[in-house]
Order: sequence, then structure tokens, then C-alpha cells
Amino acid sequence: MQVANKLSPFFENLNFERDDNTMVINFGPQHPSAHGQLRLVLELDGEQVVKAYPDIGYLHRGIEKMAENMTYNEFLPTTDRLDYIASTSNNYAYALAVEKLLGIEAPRRAQVIRTMLLELNRVISHLFFIATHALDVGAMSVFLYAFREREFGMDLMEDYCGARLTHSAVRIGGVPLDLPANWLENLATFCDKVEYELEHTYEALLTENRIWKMRLEDVGVISAEDALNWGCTGPMLRGSGVKYDIRKEEPYELYAELDFDVPVSDRCDSYGRYRLYMEEMKQSVRIMRQLIPMYGQTEPQLMAHAPKYISATKEDIMTQNYALMQHFVLVTQGMRPPKGEVYVPTESPKGELGFYIKSEGEPYAYRLKCRAPSFFHTGLLQKLLVGTYIADVVTIIGTTNIVFGEVDR
Amino acid sequence: MRKYVPKDNVQGKSYYTDRFWVAPRVPREEVSDAHFTGVVATLGALAKEAHVELGQLIVHIDARDNIAVIKALKEVCGYTQCSEQSAVDYLAKDGEFELFYQLLNVNEAKRTRVVCRIKKGEAIESIVPLFNSANFAEREMFDMFGIKVNNHPFLKRILMPDDWEGHPLLKTYPLHGDEFASWYEVDKIFGKEYRDIIGPENRDPAKVDRHDTKRFARIGYEVPFGTDISEGETQKEIEYSETLLVNYNKKESKTLDKRR
Repeated sequence: MQVANKLSPFFENLNFERDDNTMVINFGPQHPSAHGQLRLVLELDGEQVVKAYPDIGYLHRGIEKMAENMTYNEFLPTTDRLDYIASTSNNYAYALAVEKLLGIEAPRRAQVIRTMLLELNRVISHLFFIATHALDVGAMSVFLYAFREREFGMDLMEDYCGARLTHSAVRIGGVPLDLPANWLENLATFCDKVEYELEHTYEALLTENRIWKMRLEDVGVISAEDALNWGCTGPMLRGSGVKYDIRKEEPYELYAELDFDVPVSDRCDSYGRYRLYMEEMKQSVRIMRQLIPMYGQTEPQLMAHAPKYISATKEDIMTQNYALMQHFVLVTQGMRPPKGEVYVPTESPKGELGFYIKSEGEPYAYRLKCRAPSFFHTGLLQKLLVGTYIADVVTIIGTTNIVFGEVDR
Repeated sequence: MRKYVPKDNVQGKSYYTDRFWVAPRVPREEVSDAHFTGVVATLGALAKEAHVELGQLIVHIDARDNIAVIKALKEVCGYTQCSEQSAVDYLAKDGEFELFYQLLNVNEAKRTRVVCRIKKGEAIESIVPLFNSANFAEREMFDMFGIKVNNHPFLKRILMPDDWEGHPLLKTYPLHGDEFASWYEVDKIFGKEYRDIIGPENRDPAKVDRHDTKRFARIGYEVPFGTDISEGETQKEIEYSETLLVNYNKKESKTLDKRR
């Protein structure tokens, strides 16, 4: 029996002296392979996991509560802290939800820039996945190579918005900045670089690697039915043979005009998902290449024209009295969207990232619910880990690609 | 007279209010889409009200029918995924919670939101037998709002600690936490007897203690320029780090192809 005192309180009513042969071990919350603050309580029979209980909440910051106490524009930088590996996807998902509520659409140039940034973030996030997943499994060099390319991607983000991790590169109604000089050339170089390295480094190192295949094949198997039932989205769902990509099925931004394929794997295991991530990066590169010439054909307007909700351009604010008044009201009071509720799903690199916003016509959202893909993928662990061996636990956590910023919110 | 502050909703409020302002409404459309019409027809009398808002079907139902409705949606209408489940606090206005189930039909790429209302203290039936994704979602709802879920396999707090008091997403719960929250860590780590020594936790990042002259300017004690503020203390030399400045601003700007 545990003795509880002030310095070692009860965490759980876990019985360590058990009559049966199982052993209960505690994994995390500070385990280096837990991808954040994941505490996992595993019941083991020998080396086999009998029961898994993911315990989350170690990074809970009350982001949904903060959303109820901030105006819509104030909240946007907070969304950076959800999935901090691909911040722009969160900014975008939130901005899109509010735009749907307001009934406005970003101008064409902003759409091109946003789509570019979204795909750039997808590549950055997937490179991070490959890096950490390989590191967890034991392939150290892939980690270093993938982080090298990710640095170039983050340099591009830095050139655009000045930040490397918490971008806030999207605004409600458009984007704050136009692309800097040479950015498109650099993006093209980055595309070439990523495509080359994908084929010649990562896939050459991993795809046919005997150890990699032994560690990943038939590990973390989840059927299509289970994947749907447990709320899996994104690569977790497509890795189980369900071809559902929100960019294709419910297109937003420019995805309806772009030509890209949705890779699917019916292997249902970690290896299939790894191949899927690689293929998705190639498709992202393909999308970015199509977007580069589209930029030149757009008008220079960056923010939607909706004086009730969106401030005018800086030039107008500084020269026109009415724009200044409007800006003052929007900054001091915040925009007041119409009453209503909206749920907008977007395909973030991790899966379906959706924002449910309930507005009562006030400058503060009445309720904001962030549907984070990693939250449901963490819930899936209690099914996925049962029956596997302790050595595969880290692989399975890696393959779900969970980020605790958005699990705990 | 002091301004009246409502106790049943302590969330952020607009400073400026216009009593003639009537907020517009997002248009609610009639159900005209073939798929959504089929869904409403399948539910029949179970659907109290149905409309389309911003491209998604919203069905209002009785909270007691939630299993029947969601089962019909899953088995007849092909809604194979429950994307999200949570609640909205309307206790201050109506004394009720609004619960919603966000469902997805993968084959038709259609989304439907099932909405029901329960009174304070009422419980809802768990939909975990139909959708396992609701397992975590319902636990989170219980944690955040205190809504009990009947027949949930493991209804326990998920984000907050197990011994936490209060439900953070209620409108009555202040943003910076309540009395319990400010003493939680002190009580747990040191014990109640240390409360006087340590003091409550300050969760307000914008808080300015006007007597704290170490971290803040002398707010409220401003003096004319040049006045001696040492109050008898001798001035200490500030020790700076010995690290040399690194010149990051090299002439050449970073370009991708030169950084191999």
C-alpha cells in the first residue's frame, strides 16, 4: 500500500502489490519519447501491454477559457500555442472559422500566401515527425538530416513573418504582410531541396532499411472501422485505408483549384503511415510549386474589405479619418460577429483541426471549442497499445504524431 | 453607486455597450439538400427542429433521445465519425447546458451537428457504445462543466487534477481561477499551515504590486526627476555578464542556396 504524505501524494489508486502476475509501470510525464507531457500508465504481463491508460493535462493552459475572455483578434496569437510545430495551421483554422462566421472571404493574394504557408507548415511538421519518429525508433542520423531541412523551412517562415515557431502569420480576413523580396525564389529552392532530400536521404535511408521495417511493420495496426470510431483523422485515418482529406472533400482556400493527390495506405500499420507522410510531403511540394506562378497574377490587396469587422490598410488609416475611426473602434472594442454557431474543419498536418465558435453577437466568443486531432489520437492509445510489446510503445506513440500543445490546450 | 457586476457570468465583457445595438444573425436556411432532407426524414419526430447553418445541418433533439438519434445517424445515414462533443454553458440565461455532437459522414462529406439541452444537475447518456471517440470528449465535458455522463466507462477528470474543485469552463468560474485554485499548490506541496508564509498564487500576469519596487516602477509613488530615491540604501554596482557580443549581422544576407 502506498503511504501518502504531503510530498508524495496519491497520483492514482494504483496497486503495485498485485496478486496476479502483471506489473504496473508509469511512463512519463517526463519521458523523452513521450513527445511532450504524456503520462502513460501501462499494465504489463511479461513484456506485453494488458492495459494502457493515457493521462493528460500536464500542459493544460485553459486556451478555450482564454478565448471566452479575449476579443477575436486578441485570441489569434494564442492559437500558436496549440500545435506549436505548425502554428500557421492553427492560426488559419481559427481565422477561417471566424471568417465563415462573419461571411467574408480573404482576397486572392492572401489566399495564395495562406495556402503556401499552410503547405510549408505541413512540410515543416512532417519533417519534424520523420525526425522524432526516427529518433524514437533509433535512427539518429535521419533526425539530424530532417532537422536541417526543417531549419530551411523555418528560415522561410522567419523571412515572411519574423517568427520561427509561433508565427501568427495569418489574420482574420487575410494576411498581415506581403511576401518579401526573393521569397518565392527561396521557396522554389526549398521545394527542390526537400524533394531531392526526400528521395535521396530519407527514403534512401529508411524505406528499405531492414531495422526500420522490422520496427514499424505490423506495429500499431488499426482497422478502418476502428480508426473512424475512435475519431482518427489525417494520416492516421488515411493510413487505415479511408481516403478522406478535408482539402479534397470539403475544399477551402485554393485547394479546389490545385492539382494534388491524396495518398492512402491500406497497410493500417506504422510503416504505411510513414510512407504516407513521405508521400504527403511530395504532394505539398507539388502544391507549393503550383502556387508560385499564381502569386504574380493577383492584385496586391491583402486584407478583406469589410469595414464593420476588418481594419483598413495602414495607408488608409493614416490618411482617412473614417478608416482611423473604424480602426480605433475595432482595436478598443473588437469586432462583433453576428449571432450564430459555426464549426469549420481544416486539414492540419496532424489531422482534422476544427474550431467550433458560438457567438452571441458580443466582441468575445461565447464558447470556443478547439477540436484537436491529437486529443483523439491520444485517446486511441488506450486501444492501440493493448496487446503490443513494451518495445513497440514508443513507436506507436511516435506514429500517432501527437503534440501536447493541442492535446491539453 | 458601484457598477453592478453579474455573478452568474464573470467572463470578459465589452466595456462599451450600445443599448440600441441589435446583433444580426447568421442566416438559418431551410433543409433543401438531398442528403440532409434524408437525414431529417430518417429522424422523423425525434428531430424537434432542423435547419442548415453555414453548410452544416443542425438538429435539435430531446436530450433523452440522444442515443436513439445518434444510433440512427450512424447506422442509417452513414455518419461513421463523431468529430467532437462538448457543451455550452447557458446557465446564466436559461439555467441549461447546450450539448452538441459534431458528426461526420465520410462517404458523402457531410457534417451534422446534433444539439440538445439539459438542465443543471441533469445527466446525459454516454454515446461511447456508439463512438469511442466520445470517451475522451465526454470526460473533458465532465471535467470542464461538471456534466455527469451516465454509463461512461471511466468518467474521471481528464485535464484538471483529480482532486480539483470547480469546473473551469463554467461562466461562473473566473479566468484567473477561484479561491481554491490560488491555494491548491501551496496546500498540496507545503500544507495549509504555510499559507501565511507563502501567500496565494498570483495567476494574473498583468498584476502590478505598487509596493514592489524591485520588479515594477514606483507606481503611485512617483517623484520629480532627480529626486533622491535611495532611502538611505547604498547603491550596489550591477554585475553584467562577461559574454562578448556576437555579431550576427554579417554583411551577407541569408539565402538558402549559399547555406549548404
